[in-house]
Formats: sequence, C-alpha cells, structure tokens
Amino acid sequence: MARQIGDVIVDLQNISLRFGGVKALTDISFNVREHEIRSIIGPNGAGKSSMLNVINGVYHPQEGQIFFKGALRKKMEPHEAAEQGIARTFQNIALFKGMTVLDNIMTGRNLKMKCNFLQHALYWGAAQKEEIAHRIKVEEVIEFLEIQDIRKTPVGRLPYGLQKRVELARALAAEPHILLLDEPMAGMNVEEKQDMCRFILDVNDHYGTTIVLIEHDMGVVMDISDRVVVLDYGKKIGDGEPDEVKNNPEVIKAYLGTAH
Amino acid sequence: MQFFIEVLVGGLLSGVMYALVALGFVLIYKASGVFNFAQGAMVFFAALTFVGFQEVLPGWLGLEAGSGVVFWLAFLLAFIAMILLGTATERIVLRPLVNQPHITLFMATIGLTYVVEGLAQMTWGANVRGLDLGIVDEPIAWLMDNYEIGVSKFDLFAAGVAASLVALLALLFQYTKVGRALRAVADDHQAALSIGIPLQTIWRVVWAVAGFVALVAGMIWGARNGVQFALTFTALKALPVLILGGFTSVPGAIVGGLIIGASEKLAEVYVGPFVGGGIEGWFPYMLALAFLLFRPEGLFGEKHIDRV
Ligand SMILES: Nc1ncnc2c1ncn2[C@@H]1O[C@H](COP(=O)(O)OP(=O)(O)OP(=O)(O)O)[C@@H](O)[C@H]1O
Ligand SMILES: [Mg+2]
Repeated sequence: MARQIGDVIVDLQNISLRFGGVKALTDISFNVREHEIRSIIGPNGAGKSSMLNVINGVYHPQEGQIFFKGALRKKMEPHEAAEQGIARTFQNIALFKGMTVLDNIMTGRNLKMKCNFLQHALYWGAAQKEEIAHRIKVEEVIEFLEIQDIRKTPVGRLPYGLQKRVELARALAAEPHILLLDEPMAGMNVEEKQDMCRFILDVNDHYGTTIVLIEHDMGVVMDISDRVVVLDYGKKIGDGEPDEVKNNPEVIKAYLGTAH
Repeated sequence: MQFFIEVLVGGLLSGVMYALVALGFVLIYKASGVFNFAQGAMVFFAALTFVGFQEVLPGWLGLEAGSGVVFWLAFLLAFIAMILLGTATERIVLRPLVNQPHITLFMATIGLTYVVEGLAQMTWGANVRGLDLGIVDEPIAWLMDNYEIGVSKFDLFAAGVAASLVALLALLFQYTKVGRALRAVADDHQAALSIGIPLQTIWRVVWAVAGFVALVAGMIWGARNGVQFALTFTALKALPVLILGGFTSVPGAIVGGLIIGASEKLAEVYVGPFVGGGIEGWFPYMLALAFLLFRPEGLFGEKHIDRV
C-alpha cells in the first residue's frame, strides 16, 4: 500500500470505565497510529463500543489517560471531539430520519461552515455562497461512496445496508483525521460487506484517514486491519498484527467459548 | 356570500396569529423534546418588556415619546431581554435536567411560567397598558367599497407580519446550517453531537428564536387587547392548534392555526345562535378532541409505531 503508517495519534493509557457495578473496561492500554486501520474485536459485551465511546467523549472513564496527538486530553464532550477531527458511525444506525440523504451528509459539514444564524437571517447571499461551496464537497463524498441515485431520498426509506453507507458518508463529509466505525458491516449480505470493505480501504488509502474499526466478521478484520486489539469482559487479551492475534492462545480460548 | 367570506377571512387572519404562538411551542419541542408550558408567559413577558421600555426610554435618553426611534430601540431591547431569558433558561433549568424524563422537564417549565410572570410584573408593574402599532382596526376601504367585504386593516397587517415571520423561519430552518443542525438535534441527540453540533448552543438559539416569536406575538395581541396578564392565555389558544397540526411540524402549526381560526369564527356565527353563542371559547378544543380520535399524531406529525 502507498500509505505510510505514521506516529501514534491516539494513546489510551490504563482506561477503566464502570457503570455502577458493571466494569465495562478494566485497565486498558493501546494506541492508534496515524493512517492505520486499527480494529477492536471481542465477544458481545466485551466493551468494544464503550471503548469507541471513550475515544469520542460520550463516556468519561473513571481512570486512565488519553493522549491525543501527543498531548494529554482533558475531559471532552463528543462535539469537541468532532472539532478535533474525530468522526464516527454508530452500532445502531443514528441517521437523521426526517432528512434526505443529501441533508444528512450536509450536516456532516456543519463544523466547517462559518456563517452563523444571524448572518443567515440578515445576508442570505453569503449564506448561499457558503452552502454551494460545501455542497461541492458533499457531492465528492456522494460520488466516492456511489450513492448518487439516492441523494434526494429520505433516509428512513432506504434499506439497512444503504443507511449504513449514508452514515459513513456523513462522517466522511467532516473530513476527519480519525474515523471510528462501530460494526459498519453488521447485518449486511456478502455483497454489501464487500462494498463496505472496499470503501473503508479506499478512504484509508485515498484520504489517509486513520480508522478504528469494530467488526465481528473475522475474515474481514484479519484481511483489512494493520493491527488488532482483542477485548474480553472489559479486559485486553491480545494486541498486535492479525497473524499474531490469530495465534494468541488466549484469544483462541475466548473465541472458542462463544460461537462466532 | 359576502358575509361568509368576511367571517372566513377574519377567522383565517386570526388563525395566523394562533399559528405564530403555536410555532413557539413547536420550535422548542422539536429541538429539545420539551413541551414549554411557559410559552404564554414568555409572550406576556415580551410584550410587557416592550411597552415598559417604550415608557422609560424617552425619560432616560431624552427622546420624543412615541417616536420611531423609541419604538425600534424598545423592540431591540425587548429582543435582547428575550435572548437573555432564553439563555438563562437553558443554563439554569434545562442543562441540569438533561437526560431526565420529559415529564420532569415539563414540570420545570410550569415552574418557569410562574417565575417569568412574576419577573415581568415585578420589573414593570401589573397594570394594563395600551400598545400602539400605528395601524387602526378598521375595515379596508377598497374592499368595502367594491365588494362590501369588511376586512380589518389591523388583522391583515398582523397576519402579514406573522406570515412573513413564519416564512422566514421556515426558510432558515430548511436551508441553513443552523436549521439543519436544529433538525438534526431534534432527530438524534447522540448523532448530532458526534458531528460537532453542541446541544447547548442549539437550545439557546431555539429559545432565543422562540423568544422573538413570543415578542412579535405579544406585540400584536397586546396592540389588540392591551398588554395584560391575559396574554399568558394565548398559550391555551395554541394548544388545539398543536393537537391539530402535530407538535413537531412547522407546516402543521401554520395549517392548524388557519383551520382553528377559520372554524371557530364560522362556528360562532353559524352555529352559535342555535346554542346560545360563546362557542369560540370551546369549539377549538372540541375540534381538536374529535381530531385526536382519527389522527392522534396530528395532521403533519410523525406517526409513531412501537417496535415489538
Ligand atoms: N450506558 C451504559 N450504561 C450501563 N452499562 C453499559 C452502558 N454501555 C455499556 N454498558 C455495559 O458495558 C458492557 C460493555 O458494553 P459494550 O456495548 O461496550 O460491548 P460491545 O463489546 O460493544 O458489545 P456488542 O458486540 O454487543 O456491541 C456491557 O456489559 C454493557 O451492558
Ligand atoms: Mg458494541
């Protein structure tokens, strides 16, 4: 591959997260390097989604530190993470159901738009000019993900697989440095999975976007990841390149226990 | 026939005003899922603040009472007061209650109602005041002469203002960044946050806009009926409109307002005599109730289907 894996961009150190008595994450450390595809795997309830939620500020761990681009990160809300260039998709599709595909993707440009409400109200022209500039960017994403035909469709009417793709489009529209994908292929048929795989690889290759991926399909994970971290019951039981992880006895044990 | 048209037009014009008040509810409900019981109190607060400033400004600044400068300055100051009120509400009432059940937030807005009413009267006093917008409440001569249809100038003016405001808001919400952000927040909080939309900013914008809508509504209703405590009851007028139009729909608020306005006036005139009059007061509620039986989600509201 043409891309070159760079320095550590997110460094998670000794993260512990509890919900009341439930220990969702216990003393987890791992890092993510620039431009890599870093996967998080593990059985159901292992704490994978919680980990993503910690990275983009939905959850705040009780213990541990997060270094972002080399600096210790203070407690951060999701919209601040977005400002820092962290975009994401959700395990349960979280699109804006009342809007069209185009409007959904346009919301992804929100942070890049500078005109405020009052300016909009007072000077329509400037606002329109800005809209057009961003619309061009959005069209690029639409073309990239091959969803030209459904631009004007309300997202609620789309089949599941396409909704997932639109969610990816919305995240991409923000031109993120880091893209967090929570099971982007869950519930898809083989063909849709292949498409999604190709898009993820293309995004990574073409834009150099760092990708943190949660996925249950082992074939896919081992195929496209640079490095994989394995969680089980909130603990880290493996970390390394796909081949390493595949042969890790603890990982094999965790996976033999559950049917996947 | 002339008479029918006259009643219908009069009804539609007052309906636009109902729509305006209902719009204030819809905006806040869409963005934060809160049924803002205090909307009526905000209308009262806004109108009272406007006339209050109109009274004191000439003395403070040595301006001529009743001049255009005083009018617009009072308008601006009242708008700023509404923004402050909205910001304070977001900060003091909503933010601490985030993620609480809707009923808790609803109760909080009931409390807010009393605070806002009290604040208004404490600052400006409780006596009834007149408000002059410079438009007289008399029939438009041209329509009267040519078609013998009496349509009040004031009603037409009020409807024009309300309609332009509604159109402007609809445009802003449909085609701008903030509008999209607002609709995004209304749809899915987590997703909105994840793309960098700060909930709190959106809530402040929404409360400020609802405050502005309350100000315009309060000025028009105040000019017609005097600025008095009864303005808080405009909220009750909006309730059937909301049931009819759906709590989440801007077009619903408009169409609902028109239907309620027109039908209550027509009912008053054509059905009223047979039941001894006074229908206007309760007819909208009857209509809304009947409507609930057939379309509980309102004309344009989203249909709610539980997943099982
Ligand atoms: N908001 C929350 N409140 C309470 N408990 C939570 C919350 N979020 C997650 N948990 C708990 O934390 C643990 C880890 O959940 P998480 O969703 O991170 O698992 P996961 O690895 O993503 O699982 P899956 O493969 O099913 O998506 C679970 O026991 C879950 O019940
Ligand atoms: Mg999960």
